[in-house]
Amino acid sequence: MNKFVVHSGSCVPLMRENIDTDQIIPKQFLKRIERSGYGEFLFYDWRFAADGTPTADFVLNDPRYAGASILIAGANFACGSSREHAPWSLMDHGFRVIIAPSFADIFYNNSLKNGLLPITLDAADVAYLGEAVSADPNFTLTVDLENCTVTDGAAFTRSFKIDKFRRHCLLNGLDDIGMTLQHEATITDYETRLASTGRFVLA
Amino acid sequence: MKTLYDKVWKSHIVHEEAGQPALMYVDLHLIHEVTSPQAFEGLRVAGRKVRQAGRTFATVDHAIPTLNRNLPFKDPIAAQQVEKLRENCKEFGVKLYDLDRIEQGIIHVFGPEQGLTQPGMTIVCGDSHTSTHGAFGALAFGIGTSEVEHVLATQTLQQSPAKNFLIRVDGKLPYGVTAKDIILGIINEIGTGGATGHVIEYAGSAIESLSIEGRMTVCNMSIEAGAKAGLIAPDEKTFEYLKGRPFAPKGEDWNRAVAYWGTLPTDAGAAYDKTVAIDAGDLEPYVTWGTSPEMSVKISESVPDISDARDASQRETNERAFAYMGLEPSQKIDEIGIDVAFIGSCTNSRIEDLREAARVANGYHVNSGVKAMIVPGSMQIKKQAEDEGLAKIFIDAGFEWRDAGCSMCLAMNDDVLADGERCASTSNRNFEGRQGRGGRTHLVSPMMAAAAAITGHFVDVRDWKFRD
Repeated sequence: MNKFVVHSGSCVPLMRENIDTDQIIPKQFLKRIERSGYGEFLFYDWRFAADGTPTADFVLNDPRYAGASILIAGANFACGSSREHAPWSLMDHGFRVIIAPSFADIFYNNSLKNGLLPITLDAADVAYLGEAVSADPNFTLTVDLENCTVTDGAAFTRSFKIDKFRRHCLLNGLDDIGMTLQHEATITDYETRLASTGRFVLA
Repeated sequence: MKTLYDKVWKSHIVHEEAGQPALMYVDLHLIHEVTSPQAFEGLRVAGRKVRQAGRTFATVDHAIPTLNRNLPFKDPIAAQQVEKLRENCKEFGVKLYDLDRIEQGIIHVFGPEQGLTQPGMTIVCGDSHTSTHGAFGALAFGIGTSEVEHVLATQTLQQSPAKNFLIRVDGKLPYGVTAKDIILGIINEIGTGGATGHVIEYAGSAIESLSIEGRMTVCNMSIEAGAKAGLIAPDEKTFEYLKGRPFAPKGEDWNRAVAYWGTLPTDAGAAYDKTVAIDAGDLEPYVTWGTSPEMSVKISESVPDISDARDASQRETNERAFAYMGLEPSQKIDEIGIDVAFIGSCTNSRIEDLREAARVANGYHVNSGVKAMIVPGSMQIKKQAEDEGLAKIFIDAGFEWRDAGCSMCLAMNDDVLADGERCASTSNRNFEGRQGRGGRTHLVSPMMAAAAAITGHFVDVRDWKFRD
């Protein structure tokens, strides 16, 4: 997994609530069998008209926000389908951080496993950031995972919460499977006990 | 005193250590063509094996055509994805129920039908509607592809405990109000993020009165309220449903299993973090009007007025939904005409759903302006419906009678709405573009979808003149 320690970048505001993973990466792009190359399909139906031309009024097409790596979004971000193609497409497009008042559980998990950092802040703070970015597209934030802070280097500094273990994994870019397999003997013991109960035999 | 969720969770902890998520054992891992190829590739790259191939079951459902399954796919990328699943299952020794099998179907229809889904189990799948299996008192939830790989390699997941959320629905369900209307009513009440971080346990007399298939419909849409999972305590109906199914315990094992399953329901006095009570008598058939499953109204109501919004953000969200859906604020539901009716999906494609829809369709004909399709949840259900004469009712009424698959629920195959087309759908998501770019989805029960197919617009199915 990609490490995440400190990241500074410009932002883009997408202040809708309940943005679902069908919008983030529409289903027609889920037939590919690779993990990479989804960035060009990110928010496809919002970014492009039916004929494939970019939509003028969608914020990701606004040249003022080109190169942004922090997405500011509305509540319950990435609800719906479990598709991990959602964090894959966001990262492939260049995002490293998503800031929202709340996230759907599966997406939150999927993001952490890919080195994409979802940060939950109070709705009022997220609204403030949305306005700040809209007023000044060069508005930049620095996210420090070691200290769990988000700051614009001036008036705005907030700390955020993240599970300690997940933070540790992100800071070190650790592989979940490798860590779990350190407990392989314990898993085998569990399986032996399970077999002795006769439960859940699927034959 | 423990809840059903606490019991299943605790009995599956393999390893626990302060400051880390627990390792949870997975009894059943279901896989399909869309969210597994990258996981198998990860195993291959790392030189890992599938730890418990005997607990891993695969079928094809998302991207497959529902017509002419014997012919080569029209879509070469979908064909490649299905072919990849075949290769992966063969290489890693996973049992695959392919297109030529009568058991093939939507993964969440397939599992219960084969008796793989059992009370007290942990079940995962790279699909958010895995919550369906909670209807049996199994802890079942959707995972991403990295976690699919983790389960394949270790048969465990790193998990932290969820909170307990009790939703009671008590009272007698009014005539014409189905399991689908219960869950749409619940989501309307608590919102699409209302259960985030929680496992919902559905209880109360109205839930107990549901068949196992109805309970699956309710649990299926738990994710649409943001829940980690949805659960219903197993009871005699659950045991009756499971008995004799291919993977259900047999003989003395069956008796032992039933005794164990009987210990699973929540202890009297166990505490929940959150509770909501709903009076079944207040429910009506529901129709969604917007682009989120929480945007629904009762059939007797009108779509909301813009001024009903609680704040500026919701007003903007609603305005966007009205524009996308091509509806006017305050419009009456029965004035909304449809172009397509879709009866299917892991929410509503089981035999009882088809029986209800067929009862409405019997003796009628689909409206000349409507294209209507029935997509059974599995090939076994398709055969059963043909044997029972339901297929004939549908075909005589002008419905298309398709093969099993996810079909127009997510429109990954050829079953897609055209721009601007409006659909009465028994599926689970009315997101923008879900059934096709520019397509407009209204979520309803199978009876409501069948009635709309016939009249060409939404009607109150409680007033339907049955011709049986």
